[in-house]
Amino acid sequence: MIPGEFQYFAPTTVDEAVSLLQQHGEDAKLLGGGHSLLPAMKLRLTTPAVLIDVTKISDIKGVSVNGSVTVGGGATYHAVASNDAVRSACGVLADCVAQIGDTQVRNRGTIGGSLAHADPAADLPAVALALGATITAQGPGGARTINADDMFVEMLTTALEPNEIITSVSFPRLGAGAGAAYEKMRQPASRYAIVGVAAYVKLGSDGNVAEARVAVTGAGPKATRQDATEAAITGTNGDDAAIAAATDKAGEDMDYLGDIHASEEYRRAMVKVYTKRALAKAIAQARG
Amino acid sequence: MSTISVTVNGRTYQSDVEPRTLLVHYLREQLNLTGTHIGCDTSQCGACVVHINGQSVKSCTVLAVQADGAEITTIEGLAQNGQLHPLQEGFWEKHGLQCGYCTPGMIMSAYDLLQQNPNPTEDEIRHGLEGNLCRCTGYQNIVKAVQYAADKMNGSGNSPGE
Ligand SMILES: Cc1cc2nc3c(=O)[nH]c(=O)nc-3n(C[C@H](O)[C@H](O)[C@H](O)COP(=O)(O)OP(=O)(O)OC[C@H]3O[C@@H](n4cnc5c(N)ncnc54)[C@H](O)[C@@H]3O)c2cc1C
Ligand code: FES
Ligand code: FES
Repeated sequence: MIPGEFQYFAPTTVDEAVSLLQQHGEDAKLLGGGHSLLPAMKLRLTTPAVLIDVTKISDIKGVSVNGSVTVGGGATYHAVASNDAVRSACGVLADCVAQIGDTQVRNRGTIGGSLAHADPAADLPAVALALGATITAQGPGGARTINADDMFVEMLTTALEPNEIITSVSFPRLGAGAGAAYEKMRQPASRYAIVGVAAYVKLGSDGNVAEARVAVTGAGPKATRQDATEAAITGTNGDDAAIAAATDKAGEDMDYLGDIHASEEYRRAMVKVYTKRALAKAIAQARG
Repeated sequence: MSTISVTVNGRTYQSDVEPRTLLVHYLREQLNLTGTHIGCDTSQCGACVVHINGQSVKSCTVLAVQADGAEITTIEGLAQNGQLHPLQEGFWEKHGLQCGYCTPGMIMSAYDLLQQNPNPTEDEIRHGLEGNLCRCTGYQNIVKAVQYAADKMNGSGNSPGE
């Protein structure tokens, strides 16, 4: 299978890429790792007339750990998963991307590409939501930040404008008293999430759960926060009974998708199972 | 047409390619390096795995223009001076193949694995080869072939690097 014809540009700066996007408007698409876009183009599900390759822009490929963990939009999963500083500052991020696809997918796929594509079964959106990540996008009017909570609009649709590029994504450093985990039931062939749950908790000085964020991916059209679960676990001591009560509320108020891998009903059940695992792991980690 | 310059198995080529040419088609049809196979053509099976700048990738899911300026290694680049690479030898000695269709990709992925982890456990080998499907062997002898290569590469003091 061969994609339709297109014009190819490989800019080396973000400004150049933005002006190419402006110039070619709706005909153009950014090319990151290509591991969602190229398969779709080979099937002629999409036939952009212009591809703007962002992987030659060295400014957006970096990974740095300071007060927070900042990952370039063009950084590969491999670059993140194999970074020891990321692993110690924000282990859940490294864990999550290390579970994406296989070695070859991780050598090409990018952080920006994953978030921009917003595949319903993608792993990273759940972790971005649970950690309250901030996405920096640059367009013709300059740079702006998008909170993960505002990013995922519907299936394969985000808050990004067509002429914007994700230049970086910022994740918090998980300090003392904080814990986070990503638990996933993977599709055995592709390893996409049939259900994936990311949980983040922060304990107060009394040892109780002061703050919690839980997000589900894979089960429905887009990654979704679990408000009722978060409210139920917050203020509790985070013991098994509290986790069970919070888990009971998971996945009650969201849309589901069924497919050949799992029915809606099965996914609904698995959301609870994986929420329980993710919460328990996050709380255990927060306790240190 | 775009002009690209790539180094494949140590030899530099300047080639004209259409932007939509996939790397695997460029290697097989323009450079006649047909050791790299096309299995699924949908990014799943790993028959097309080659290395770009030392990292294993599925060449059916990379454009040739994206490889401009890169160093590429294909299965044809592993044997040196007529001497099989320990991985190739391992697949031979341990019967790591039946029809052989998956083998070039399997070896290129295993080569990446051994670069990252020269002494993998059986689990780590299976995990490292998740991107490669084999419809014949049941994987047992593939694991043994990789273990054979790891032992040989460690024992002989050769580094598993390029
Ligand atoms: C065999 C296989 C298994 C996979 N398994 C998983 C899995 O288990 N979990 C998972 O989460 N994913 C999985 N994926 C998908 C993979 O993670 C993709 O890499 C990802 O969805 C898209 O990222 P990319 O960099 O490849 O982007 P591309 O495919 O290049 O682009 C995807 C979209 O994002 C846009 N885009 C790219 N970069 C940017 C940017 N910097 N700013 C703005 N827009 C941008 C493009 O225009 C396009 O619309 C799998 C893919 C394959 C082929
Ligand atoms: S042919 Fe490339 S992954 Fe199957
Ligand atoms: S030996 Fe036949 S597919 Fe692997």
